[in-house]
Amino acid sequence: MIRVVIAELRKLRRPSLLLGTIATVGGLSALFTSIVFLMIDSEDGNTKRGESIGPKELSEAIGLVYGFKLVGVFLGVVALCIFASQTAQEYSLGTLRNLLVRQPSRMKILAGKFIAMKLFALVMVLFAGALSIAISFALAGRAKVDTTEWGTSAAMHILFESALNIFLATLCFGTFGMILGLLFRSPISAIAVGVLWNLILENILAALINSTRKWLPGINFANLGEGGYPDLTYKHSIAVSLSYLIIGGAIAAILFKKRDVAN
Amino acid sequence: MNKTGTVAISASDLTKIYGERAALSHGSFVVPSGSVCGFVGPNGSGKTTTIRMLLGLITPSGGSATVLGESIKHPEKYLPRVGAMIEGPAFYPALSGRENLKVLAELGGFPLSRVDELLAKVDLADRGGSKFKTYSLGMKQRLGIAAALLPNPELLILDEPTNGLDPSGIQEVRRIIKDLANGGTTVFVSSHILSELEMICEYLVMLREGKVIFSGRTQELLSAQKPMIIARPEYEVDLTKLTNTLSEAGYQITIVDGALQIAAAKEASAEINRLAFDSGITLSSISIVLPTLEETFFEMTGDNK
Repeated sequence: MIRVVIAELRKLRRPSLLLGTIATVGGLSALFTSIVFLMIDSEDGNTKRGESIGPKELSEAIGLVYGFKLVGVFLGVVALCIFASQTAQEYSLGTLRNLLVRQPSRMKILAGKFIAMKLFALVMVLFAGALSIAISFALAGRAKVDTTEWGTSAAMHILFESALNIFLATLCFGTFGMILGLLFRSPISAIAVGVLWNLILENILAALINSTRKWLPGINFANLGEGGYPDLTYKHSIAVSLSYLIIGGAIAAILFKKRDVAN
Repeated sequence: MNKTGTVAISASDLTKIYGERAALSHGSFVVPSGSVCGFVGPNGSGKTTTIRMLLGLITPSGGSATVLGESIKHPEKYLPRVGAMIEGPAFYPALSGRENLKVLAELGGFPLSRVDELLAKVDLADRGGSKFKTYSLGMKQRLGIAAALLPNPELLILDEPTNGLDPSGIQEVRRIIKDLANGGTTVFVSSHILSELEMICEYLVMLREGKVIFSGRTQELLSAQKPMIIARPEYEVDLTKLTNTLSEAGYQITIVDGALQIAAAKEASAEINRLAFDSGITLSSISIVLPTLEETFFEMTGDNK
């Protein structure tokens, strides 16, 4: 399986994908973090859904990761697209047959791909976090935010916990993308369905029927990244997310193992 | 059978059914170890389906097969010793040729040093660093052959390896196949260029509409076909007279390039010569030719369009 992971990493580190991802993730991280600090006095708000967060709140330990947490869900969408395209393209390019001739164990191929993409997602999250924190420090003075609390052990604990949660949410979105890639076998279809579902359809559904919010996969994945809320707990989101991913993953894995490779 | 008497591929009643259509129906054939075996049949006759079953990519609906002595139910036992190029080369367009081969070398656990060695072998050493998407069809095909050679295979399965290659590329593939065969590698190769196969294949498996219609030595197949006697009169003006004489004697004749093609057993050549002489016609040449593989193929498959 290690061989599959190494081979997959070679594909993932190709300049077009690696630089494209770094640019996207970096851009998103810089954008959301900058908005928090640069629009601190704006009447339109400086955080999600037009809410405002002021210098006082940002000066607390959590202020260190505020921008990073905002970008979390978008990292998930990026991961969904990458996991989906990297999986589905093996079918659309016809390269799966080469992989299976060199490594006939389909489960090893699948597991190796998953591990390699997990590592890629980890790098992506760490890069986004590091950039967000650097920008936060750089813009704190301009926004009159005191950064004394950001160096405390409490802040480090929050940083570690947030990074872990965002990584977990990113993995959930990515795995969801990988499942779609295996089911649709076409990168465009898998990405379109994944993005439409998570960014649009789930929100419409949740707005129309509020009770569905607790049970929709994307909302629960995103909730993991944000660390949970009183009305939608972290524990609940873990259970719902795992249920979706275990059932979906099992179906996709069985299909991958049994399906003829005819293209 | 070959000198050692072992078989590289053996299929028995191998069947693959899609819905109500049989892509391969009860296919039985043997490919002796160390031989170069051609796999021929019209488009849609089941060649690629058969190759995919042998490589564990498709599950048969019935029958059985072994590759290098192992059942195709356990491809992990023989695939490390098999090289394959199936239905044209498929690689990652954004990776270079070299990187593409490295992905497969890492996956199969082969030394990365083989990559440059193989790029040189298929004449891609100077373009190994270019992205696959910039390659011409011939270059893509050559990279596919290099990938198939990665494991230093005991059995090489090539599906249309000369597609898109220019004459020198075709000659190069022929040379590679011959070299491998001389080194003891079994080569199972499908191609539409039957003249190529005739030159390099000692064995043939022929498919038509999902059924194996011939499996055996190429020579056995060709010698079982009716030969053709080619008679060329010294003077072209005698062509019509000779045609009439031989037609009256009951021969079926076609005129091609100033010569008569007569469908007859080789024993008839003496009588043809005598009939010409009796009519006052001198033949500048009379020869017996066996039909080519292409002619035999068209006759057997009925696909002569």
